Amino acid sequence: MIPVPVPVILSFCAAIFFIGLAGVLIRRNILVVIMSIELMLNAVNLTLVTFSAALDHPHGQMAVFFIIVVAAVESAVGLGLVIALFRTMRTVDTDQIQLLKG
Amino acid sequence: MLALIPLLPLIGFLINGSWYALGQARGGKAVPATAAGGIATATIGASFVCALMLFLQLLGSEEEARTLEVTLFHWISAGALQIPFTLRFDQLSSLFCLVITGVGSLIHIFSIGYMGHDESPQKFFAYLNLFCAFMLVLVLGGSLPVLFLGWEGVGLCSYLLISYWYTDPDKASAGKKAFIVNRIGDLGFLLGMFLIFTTFGSLDFTALKQLVLTMPVSGGIMTTICLLLFVGCTGKSAQIPLFVWLPDAMAGPTPVSALIHAATMVTSGIYLVSRLSFMFALSPDALCVVATIGAATALFAATIAIAQNDIKKVLAYSTVSQLGYMFLACGVGAYASGVFHVITHAFFKALLFMGAGSVIHGMHEEQDIQKMGGLRRLMPQTFLVFAVGWLAIAGIPPLSGFVSKDEILWMAFASEHGSVALWVVGALTAALTAFYMSRLFILTFLGTPRFKVAEPQDKGHHDHGHGHDHGHGDAAHHGVAVHESPAVMVLPLAVLAVLSAVAGAIGIPHMSWLEHWLHPVLAHAPALRPEVHHETEWVLMGVSVGIAIVGIALAFVIYGNLKTAERFKTQWASLAKILSNKWYVDEFYDALIVKPLNALATILWKFFDVKVIDRIVLSLGDASNQSGALARSLQNGSTQLYAFLMLAGFLSIVGYSLYGIFH
Amino acid sequence: MSPEAIFFYLFAVMAVAFSLVTVLKRNPAVGAFSLVLVFFSFAGIYAILGAHLVAALQVVVYAGAIMVLLIFVIMLLNADSPSLDMDRTHWTLRALSLAGCATLFAFFVWAFQNGSLFPQPGQFPPQRVAELGGSTKLISYLMFTEYLYPFEVTSALILAGIVGSVTLAKRQKVKRGKA
Repeated sequence: MIPVPVPVILSFCAAIFFIGLAGVLIRRNILVVIMSIELMLNAVNLTLVTFSAALDHPHGQMAVFFIIVVAAVESAVGLGLVIALFRTMRTVDTDQIQLLKG
Repeated sequence: MLALIPLLPLIGFLINGSWYALGQARGGKAVPATAAGGIATATIGASFVCALMLFLQLLGSEEEARTLEVTLFHWISAGALQIPFTLRFDQLSSLFCLVITGVGSLIHIFSIGYMGHDESPQKFFAYLNLFCAFMLVLVLGGSLPVLFLGWEGVGLCSYLLISYWYTDPDKASAGKKAFIVNRIGDLGFLLGMFLIFTTFGSLDFTALKQLVLTMPVSGGIMTTICLLLFVGCTGKSAQIPLFVWLPDAMAGPTPVSALIHAATMVTSGIYLVSRLSFMFALSPDALCVVATIGAATALFAATIAIAQNDIKKVLAYSTVSQLGYMFLACGVGAYASGVFHVITHAFFKALLFMGAGSVIHGMHEEQDIQKMGGLRRLMPQTFLVFAVGWLAIAGIPPLSGFVSKDEILWMAFASEHGSVALWVVGALTAALTAFYMSRLFILTFLGTPRFKVAEPQDKGHHDHGHGHDHGHGDAAHHGVAVHESPAVMVLPLAVLAVLSAVAGAIGIPHMSWLEHWLHPVLAHAPALRPEVHHETEWVLMGVSVGIAIVGIALAFVIYGNLKTAERFKTQWASLAKILSNKWYVDEFYDALIVKPLNALATILWKFFDVKVIDRIVLSLGDASNQSGALARSLQNGSTQLYAFLMLAGFLSIVGYSLYGIFH
Repeated sequence: MSPEAIFFYLFAVMAVAFSLVTVLKRNPAVGAFSLVLVFFSFAGIYAILGAHLVAALQVVVYAGAIMVLLIFVIMLLNADSPSLDMDRTHWTLRALSLAGCATLFAFFVWAFQNGSLFPQPGQFPPQRVAELGGSTKLISYLMFTEYLYPFEVTSALILAGIVGSVTLAKRQKVKRGKA
């Protein structure tokens, strides 16, 4: 039923995930960082769906469903934060936003 | 009833102490000494009544039943060490209790007058009461730890009372000196106590008395125990080499000197030796040391007393000397004579100290006998009672001092532990005692006043004009308005004078009630040396009377006319200098112990502390600062760096698990 | 090679390429549009794997709602301004990050190739799913029976998210007046 070997799909997921992680780490634009996080979430979703299909188990898809909901909420709140941040600091550069200083 | 004896003064302490604390909290308004002193006197007086009733009970009972015992609570329980808080009232402690509470009551009464102008009489009387409570615990304690509790407690109170006027640095440091010197002695006491426990497994006096007889213990251990305990005695009872604190302790108020540093606390060493006489009796070497130290201290302190000009210092050295006598008595095995001298000494020395206090009070805080003279007419009552005390300590029959001192001298000569040399030292001391006491008496009371006498301006002057702080100003500008002390101070003196005169009656040689009374609790009186004849006793008695009279006469010859005294002093200038500087003992200790310790402390401070410890501590601080700065650079607020570190952590976990898989 | 496999590889290559564009392109607007394409590719792969409901949700929620939101924000923040067009992070951090990601990726691929992933078959093989009326019906059934409680909780989460983002994004009138 699964057209390609599962390890190949999983490796593809890992590729997308690490591309997203690299984006989080190397980009300074906070909007791109948020998009990279979305990439990572999608990679995880795909992993879950793959396992769901491979193990004949629909509960993996249930998890994906909830992840999508939470991701939507996350993006909404995250983007709200970006707007609030931009309004006060006039920037979306993460190097300029260093309020977590110890 | 028995528990009440130490408990009553403790209650007095609590009342006065909390009154003082509350008063301080509300702004420290001065209260009349009469109220605070009244409470304190009432409690100690009640304690005296209790002691007297129990004493009468003992008197009325059979000889075997003359021990009352009460266990208040279980104090220490640690394995084999079981120490109930037991108070024991027997022949020996009953006498000490009577002296402490009796003389203590009189001194409390005297203090009401003497401390009349003090700012915080509650504090003074609280300390005084606390002292009495601890002193009573000391003599009533049924085992060594309980005794030690009292021993340390009186040391504490002594410290508190010596530095009672703590705003004066000299007086504060005198208190510290007393405390520190006593600590050296206390260490000996503690070690002795430990050794007793490891040897016999018990610290209770009654049990020890049995154990000593049944358990064979090598003489070396017994001697070590006795000597360690005796180190404690030299500290508390001011013997060579630890006597230096007692003269300085005169910085305290005069009633304190009378109570603590003459009548009671300093005699606790003699009490300890008598209490453990059954142990000392088994160690002739220790007895020899005790006798030698006692005799040496007696002579040494007497020579210093000759050249002192402070009325209280003379009496202080006299006390050290008399304590030496008592140890001499214990050292030759005549414990009963030692205790006898404790009692008579308590009477006449308390009398002399309070007489001196009365003089000081009347002279507006003047203590230098060179600036006194002629007080006979100005303070007639004090003069009379002081004269009794003077004759008693000088050894004029039939006053009590003669009886007890002669007893000691006889035993020093005749006992199997004694020798002619000890008798000679004792007799020489007796002569010196008669001499310096007469000097003190002549310079203070006889002759003409060597100060400007001011007539009291008005009647009310006595009541408010001579507070402690304006006495000297008066003396400088208007002369000294000498006045006789009030009745509250003179009456106790009169009582003590009577006691000093007649107390000898309880210990008349050959029909001594005291010796008979103490016989069951003390070690047996030593046998006499075989070559000593009984007729010798009468000869020696005559000799000691003669010595006393010679001493007094010599003093009158020299100090009767001050010009003679001056000439005498210039002739013997170097000796006078040495004596007035107390044989340079303080300087010697200073050079031998204090200075090297200070130098060592300075070295440790300058090199070890600053360069080693401080550097270690500071570099630790620097290290944490720098590692903090390092860690701080990680916490730069960049979320991406944090994410990167998370990645690094994840990588290391993966690396670690791979390492685990492949190995 | 079956047509499904061909489509899978097509979508996979597309997804990787566009996600690289998303991450590397300086202009966030371009990135956002590439991201839409990545999401569409994912939806295709979901469909290939038989998860049709998830594929539909992917298109509706991600490619639709979230992307619209993102693009709105980019426009709101004035995409043309140089403030949105900025350099990347410090080169050491960048190099280390890339190296770390590459290492981990290699490890994962190695682990997927050599790991044993299938301990036991599940309860819903494709035949049974077909008997029950397809995966969408099955998922929906599960959602309103076994997962009803999490489902309701999620609705509360969404509400909280809405309130939160509105509060965050709202202009603070007091501050405005002061400025």
